[in-house]
Amino acid sequence: MNQANRNDPRYIRLLAGKIAEQARFLGPLTLMHVCGTHEHTIVSSGMRSLLPDTIRLVSGPGCPVCITPKEDIERMIHLARSGLTVTTFGDMMRIPSDSGSLADAKAKGADVRIVYGIANALSIAHEEHREVVHFGIGFETTVPTSSVALASEPDNLSIYSVHRTIPEALDFLLSNSLAVDGFVDPGHVSTIIGSNAYAFISERYGVPQVVAGFEPGDVMLSVLMLLEQRAEGRAEVENEYVRAVRPEGNVKARTLIDETFRQVDAKWRALPVIPKSGLAIASKYREWDAVHRHRDVLESFSYTPREEDSACRCKDILLGACSPQDCPLFRRACTPDAPVGPCMVSVEGTCYISYKYG
Amino acid sequence: MCLAIPGKIIERDGNEGVVDYDGARIKVRLDLVDADVGDYVIVHTGFAIDTLSEEDALESIELWRQIGELQDESGQSQ
Repeated sequence: MNQANRNDPRYIRLLAGKIAEQARFLGPLTLMHVCGTHEHTIVSSGMRSLLPDTIRLVSGPGCPVCITPKEDIERMIHLARSGLTVTTFGDMMRIPSDSGSLADAKAKGADVRIVYGIANALSIAHEEHREVVHFGIGFETTVPTSSVALASEPDNLSIYSVHRTIPEALDFLLSNSLAVDGFVDPGHVSTIIGSNAYAFISERYGVPQVVAGFEPGDVMLSVLMLLEQRAEGRAEVENEYVRAVRPEGNVKARTLIDETFRQVDAKWRALPVIPKSGLAIASKYREWDAVHRHRDVLESFSYTPREEDSACRCKDILLGACSPQDCPLFRRACTPDAPVGPCMVSVEGTCYISYKYG
Repeated sequence: MCLAIPGKIIERDGNEGVVDYDGARIKVRLDLVDADVGDYVIVHTGFAIDTLSEEDALESIELWRQIGELQDESGQSQ
């Protein structure tokens, strides 16, 4: 197949035909991706309508803002209220916690600033001589950018890390009997960690995986590759996104991550603690770890967990167990202007994407 | 959100550079890649995270341009 025609409607239709052909010999299958950008591609291209009824393509916990625990947002609000400058990606500003959002804290006078990346936070710390705490969210694609900042041993900047890792989450979902017959692995996470990083999952659970790019043709081809693996009884990691993903990933980035972070058990919002799925700052860089650097401020922080709004189905949506349309609040009590759960706030949230592009 | 469109490095000064996206230019950090002026890179939150061959990059840019035109025609915005 000529790759230059990847988004040609004729090529997409050809893939849809091949998918339908394969699906006829397979039972009902659930395929999961874990990437907000994949969900955007799938919804905005109308791809689900091209798949046979027996093939469910669902969205898993791939929105970093959505899975950041409320407790961590409240800690950041606490730090901001104490007089520190807090920098965050724009998506995180309006995510609700029991103490409001970072945007609410800003409205009440706290110095919370939206940055495009951690380099902007470094500039604020350097140029304005302010003590900055950067909210380090995101999966492996964003982690090495935090690593670069830590390794530079900056003045006036520390990181509050809520970084999370994808393979450990996939492992956890399958070990908890999530019924998934194949994973579409995230393209740019894989650019960093490499396609080899997922191999243990296919070996352990017999589940096929395909690393996919972000164009509609990429995702469609990945679905077909997963079905072919199922039909042939194979369970391995294949790489559809060869133009940007190598088996070993970005070695320079991985080395930096290993030097600056350590694996820890970590909570995901709406999910339980997932073993080894979090990245805490390595003790060598403790001075730039906000938890250590501002321990006196955090000492006065207390948190009482409260249940999520009972009608909000964000938890099920993050597990691919239901679609936004199954939630009684979707488009009624919950919209991007007045979001109830994080899935409607973030541009990577399944509900937001469905509302905007569905 | 991942930015899947590759850009071309047009300036480099140590670990900082400027990447061109069809005329739109942004500052990027180059700490995570071995890339130089003329190379195509994928950028995430202001950092280049990978280099692409020119052939793959130009093809990708053209395909994203087509998607943009299709979405403009159907009244969707990115």
